[in-house]
Amino acid sequence: MDFATLMLRRLGRLLLTVALISTIIFFVIRVIPGDPALVIAGVDAKAEDVAAIRAKLGTDRPLASQYLGWMLSVARFDFGTSLITGQPVTRLIFERFSLTLVLAVLGILIAILLALPLGVLSAVKRWSFWDYLGMAFSQIGMAVPSFWLGIMLLLLLAVKVRLFPLFGAGSLRHLVLPAVSLGLAQAAVLLRLSRAAMIEELAKEYVVTARAKGLTERMVKYKHALKNALLPVITVAGIQLGYMLGGAIIIEQVFSLPGLGRLFLTGIYQRDFPLIQGGVMFVAIVFSLINFTVDLLYSVLNPKIRIG
Amino acid sequence: MAEAEGGRLLEVRDLEVSFAQTTRSGPLGPRSGPLGPRRGPLGPRRGPLGPRRGTPALRGVDLELAGAEIRGLVGESGSGKTVTSTCIMGLLASPPGRIERGRIIFKGRDLLCLPAQEMRMLRGREIAMIFQEPSRYLNPSFKIGEQITEMLRLHLGMRRAEALHRAEELVEWVGLGGRRRVLHSYPHQLSGGMKQRAMIAMAISCNPSLLIADEPTTALDVTLQLQILKLILRLREALRMGILFISHDLGLVRAVADQVSVIYAGRIVESAPKQLLFNHPLHPYTRLLLLSIPAAARRGTRLRAIPGRVPDAEHIPPGCAFHPRCPLAEEVCRTQAPETLEREPAHSAACHLADKRWPD
Repeated sequence: MDFATLMLRRLGRLLLTVALISTIIFFVIRVIPGDPALVIAGVDAKAEDVAAIRAKLGTDRPLASQYLGWMLSVARFDFGTSLITGQPVTRLIFERFSLTLVLAVLGILIAILLALPLGVLSAVKRWSFWDYLGMAFSQIGMAVPSFWLGIMLLLLLAVKVRLFPLFGAGSLRHLVLPAVSLGLAQAAVLLRLSRAAMIEELAKEYVVTARAKGLTERMVKYKHALKNALLPVITVAGIQLGYMLGGAIIIEQVFSLPGLGRLFLTGIYQRDFPLIQGGVMFVAIVFSLINFTVDLLYSVLNPKIRIG
Repeated sequence: MAEAEGGRLLEVRDLEVSFAQTTRSGPLGPRSGPLGPRRGPLGPRRGPLGPRRGTPALRGVDLELAGAEIRGLVGESGSGKTVTSTCIMGLLASPPGRIERGRIIFKGRDLLCLPAQEMRMLRGREIAMIFQEPSRYLNPSFKIGEQITEMLRLHLGMRRAEALHRAEELVEWVGLGGRRRVLHSYPHQLSGGMKQRAMIAMAISCNPSLLIADEPTTALDVTLQLQILKLILRLREALRMGILFISHDLGLVRAVADQVSVIYAGRIVESAPKQLLFNHPLHPYTRLLLLSIPAAARRGTRLRAIPGRVPDAEHIPPGCAFHPRCPLAEEVCRTQAPETLEREPAHSAACHLADKRWPD
């Protein structure tokens, strides 16, 4: 299959996924007990007030018409206005998204740049100092919660040594510590994975062929084996990036960053239904986009995938 | 290339190899499952079967190969065929493998004494190898063209365009011609037979004088087997390559080889020109092997299977390693290892009873 066809097919799948997710969200919200209008109006509100709110929300219309309206608004990327602030949900999300995006990209870059070389080195030089170092780092990184790491970094590099600002956003320097604490946690997982993938590839038969061809050890390892070992690493890094793009609630809380995670959290506390709906939808779309990109990268790396 | 034609291209003398411990690994190093190694970095380093010191894999292998000659190396699995070829390639994983003694003389130089760097430059350039399952031995992520040209660029210093041109000639030569697209294909896009042809194109790209073919047709359909055998014969005829043809299948060896060596439990038990070996086998093991080949001439008679199985390296019987399975075995076979003697010109066998008549 050629690349263009593949892309079209994957794109079709992406749209289908988004449509399915929005349908699920629509019905889940309506199945959950509790009338949003009642929640907004309060327990002892008058009946006509509740009815007015229902009319405003559109929840008094028949289900089919509501569904159609919801799907249309998803297509237009319009999730209504926040019940609390009265601003359009889309705008609220995009205001916060730039920060989350930078944070997530920085985080995954730190994770990959740290994990991939060390993981590959661990696999190539097994049972060496580097291997033990990598494994120790990975164990600790997986065991230590990222909020604790964040707090420690703050204490050390923002309070004791005033290298970085204590909280807030506005410059790249504000994002260094949060990105590092995010990245280190992801790196722990990626490191294990890249080590295991590289060890697995190095044991494969084509590596014997490569050696039998008289290639240098460097070519055998870093050309032949590494290219195959990259596949699982890229997949998982993509998933990690997807999670981080949905907002890193804990890290944002620790560093008082106005990111997506905190926006959604406040939305949930305040029963801001349009915001919650829009937020879930947004995260779903971002995730689908990431998967789409990873799929494309995958097919560039491993031609076999193009069959599927 | 075939400077050594007529003379000796390769000579393996008294090669002894042992494996330091019993792990679940082949001669090419430990294998690990899809989840990585069984043991963590802090876990025990011994394999699951526990420690064993120096189990012998080869117990004195002698082999000779002249230029433009095909030598068949026949044996059951576990008899040491692959360890032998791995040693010749200089790819024995060490540890756990260890060459205890012996010489591997290639064009007058002992390969076992060569520095690693020189040995690497010889691999692919002078000594090439093809394997049993081309789909596993080709890298799934690189195009065939790249897998061929990288060798040409490395060993012969060709530029990309020049190497590509040569690669086109090569795929044409191995019968993938008219399919220039082969060079732009990934291995999974080719059939099994085409993959093996591509593998051969790769192996002969630098015009080596020695080709080791390790069960090159075992993974293929019977019709394809024949085509690949013909191709291998053409390598000898047209390119004057010396070929070490490793197989467990005496029938195949009969079809291609000029000389045949039979290996059993890490030792060559019989060695002779093809006609002599097939018409007048001396070693009981060879005789039994011959009886286990289906042949039209013996239609209606029962096929004989050799009772028992190849002993593993840890439990090689004393005396002649074959004696527990040998119908002729006498007391001397149980206690004394037989010497390899030349019983007839160019025909040697390691058996106390090589001259004894075979009972029917």
